[in-house]
Amino acid sequence: MLSFVARRLLIAIPTLWAIITVCFFLMRAAPGGPFDGEAPVPPEILANLRAAYHLDKPVMQQYISYIADLAHGNFGPSFKYKDFTVTELIAQGFPISAQNGLSAILLAIFIGVPFGILAALRQNSASDYSIMGVAMTGIVVPSFVMAPILILIFAIGLKDTPFQLPAGTWEGGAIKHRILPVFCLSLVYIAYLARITRASMIEALRQNYVRTARAKGLPFRQVVVRHALKTALVPVVTFLGPGIAFLLTGSMVIETIFQLPGIGRYFVQGALNRDYTLVMGVTILSASLIILMNIVVDVVYGFLDPRVRYD
Amino acid sequence: MSGINLASPHGAALTAAQDVEGRSLWQDAWRRLLANRAALASLIVLIVVALACFILPSFLPWSYEQIDWERMEANPPSIETGHYLGTDTLGRDLLARVLFGGQISLTVGLLATSVALLIGVMIGAVAGFIGGRVDQVLMRFVDLMYAVPLTFFVIILMVLFGRNFILMFLAIGCIEWLTMARIVRGQTLTLKNKEFIEAARAAGGSTSSIIARHILPNVLGVVIVYVTLTIPQVILIESFLSFLGLGIQEPMTSWGMLINEGAAEMESTPRSLLVPAGLMTLALFCFNFLGDGLRDALDPKER
Repeated sequence: MLSFVARRLLIAIPTLWAIITVCFFLMRAAPGGPFDGEAPVPPEILANLRAAYHLDKPVMQQYISYIADLAHGNFGPSFKYKDFTVTELIAQGFPISAQNGLSAILLAIFIGVPFGILAALRQNSASDYSIMGVAMTGIVVPSFVMAPILILIFAIGLKDTPFQLPAGTWEGGAIKHRILPVFCLSLVYIAYLARITRASMIEALRQNYVRTARAKGLPFRQVVVRHALKTALVPVVTFLGPGIAFLLTGSMVIETIFQLPGIGRYFVQGALNRDYTLVMGVTILSASLIILMNIVVDVVYGFLDPRVRYD
Repeated sequence: MSGINLASPHGAALTAAQDVEGRSLWQDAWRRLLANRAALASLIVLIVVALACFILPSFLPWSYEQIDWERMEANPPSIETGHYLGTDTLGRDLLARVLFGGQISLTVGLLATSVALLIGVMIGAVAGFIGGRVDQVLMRFVDLMYAVPLTFFVIILMVLFGRNFILMFLAIGCIEWLTMARIVRGQTLTLKNKEFIEAARAAGGSTSSIIARHILPNVLGVVIVYVTLTIPQVILIESFLSFLGLGIQEPMTSWGMLINEGAAEMESTPRSLLVPAGLMTLALFCFNFLGDGLRDALDPKER
C-alpha cells in the first residue's frame, strides 16, 4: 500500500505542474492587467510597478522564476493587497475556511448518513419519501438562495429575540457567528449524502453476504452496521473526498454572502481585482487538496471493501 | 427483449381477429413516463415556464431594461401601472426581468449542455469503441481533468477574457462533459461485443458508420437521462457565477443575477429575492424530477 501511495503522489506532481502551467499562461495571455484601475496610471509609474513585480521580463523567464519560487513554498507577492504575500493571505484565510468546512462536513455526515440508512431500511414508506423529498429540496435550492432566506429569517425576522443569529460579521469566529454559514455550507452535502447512502444501502442489503449473515442468525442491527453499511459507505467516501477538498478551500458563495475572511472570498476578490498571484495561489492549493483527497479516498476503499487490492 | 407487451390492459382487450400491434421500446418508455405523475407534471410545468420566459415578455407593457422614470424606487405590484409584480429599486419591471432572466438562464443551460453532450458523447463513444491505447489516453485525460478545480478555471476564463455570453456557455460546457464521456464509454463497452455490431462489421460497415448508426442510437436513452440532469447543474453554475458578479453583464440579466440584486434589497422588498429564487427553484425541481422519471422510464432494470 505504501508503494501505491508513493506512486500516486508521484503522478500528482506532473498533474499539478500541468494545472499550474495552463493557469499561468492563461493569465499572461489575457488582455488587461492587474494595474488597470479606474483611473489610468501614468506610464512611468506603470513601468515601475511592472518592474517591481517582474512583469517586464520575458514571459518564459517569469514562468521559470515563478515555478522556482513555488518550489520554495513562495507564492509571490499579492498584486492588490500590497503589504502581503500570497502565502500570508492564504495562511490567514485557510484556517477559517478549513474550520467552517470541517464543521460542515461533520454536520453533513452525522445528519445525512443516518437519514439515508433510515430511508433505505424503510424503502417506499412515508418516512422514505419525506426524507428524500427534503433531500431533493436541499439539492435543488442553491446555497445562494438558501443563505439570504435564512438571513431574512434568523438575522432580520427574529431580530431582538433569543433566536436571532448574526450574519455578515465574523468577530474573530465566535460560535454564534458561525452557525448560519456552517449550516448553509452543509445543507447540500446533507442532501447528497442522504441520497447516496440510501441508494448504496438498498444495493448492499440485497447482496448475498448480507443474506448469509442474516441466515446465520445475526441480529438485524448488527448485519446492517457491520456488513451492509461497510460496503455501502464506498460511494459515500467517493463523494466525500472531493467534497471535503472543496469545503476546505472555502465556499466562494457562502464566504461572500456572510463576509467571512476565508480563502473562498479571497479567490472571488482576487478574480474581480485581477490579482493574478492570489488567484493562482488559491487554485494551486485547491487542486493539491483535491488530488490529495482522491488518494485518501482510494486508500480508504481498501479498508471498506476487502475486494479492493493495491497493485 | 420483445417490444410487444401483451400484459397491458390494451393487450387484454385484443380479440383474436385483430392484429397484435407492435410497440417499440421508445413507446414503452413514453408510456412509463406518462404514468409517472411527478415526471409528467414536471414536464408540463417546464414547458409552461419556458413558454412564459420566451413569449410572454413581448406582451408585457414594460421591457426588462426599461426604467419607469415616474417611479424610480421599489414599487408595489399594481395592475394600473403595468408592473404586475412591482419594480426593483431602479424602477424596472420585476416580472419582465424575471422572465428575461429565465430566458438567459434556460438558454445557457441548453447550449452548455449541448456542448457537453457533443464532446462527451464523441469522446466516450470513440474511447469505448476503439479501445486499446486510444481509450487509455482519453480516459487518463478525463481522470486528469477531474483533479482540476474546474469552477476556478471557468471564473479565471470569465474574468480574463471578458464576461460574454458565448464564452460562458462554452466554458461551462467544457467542464460538464467529463461524466457524460464516462457514461457513454461504459455503455459503448457493453454494446460493442453484441451480435448486431458484429453483423454490421461483417456487412462491411466502417468504424465511424458503426459508431454513428449503431452505437449512438443505443446509448441515446442513457444520454437523455443524463442531459436532463445536466441542464439544472449548468443553470446552477451560471447563476452561481452571475451571483458572484462574474457571469452575465448588465443590462442583460439572469436568475442568478436577479437573486443577487434581490438579496441586496431583501429587507425592504423581499419579493425581489423571492420571485426569481422561487421560479429558478421550481425549474430546477422539475428538471430533477423529469430526469428521475426518464431514468425509470428508459431504464426499467434500475428500479
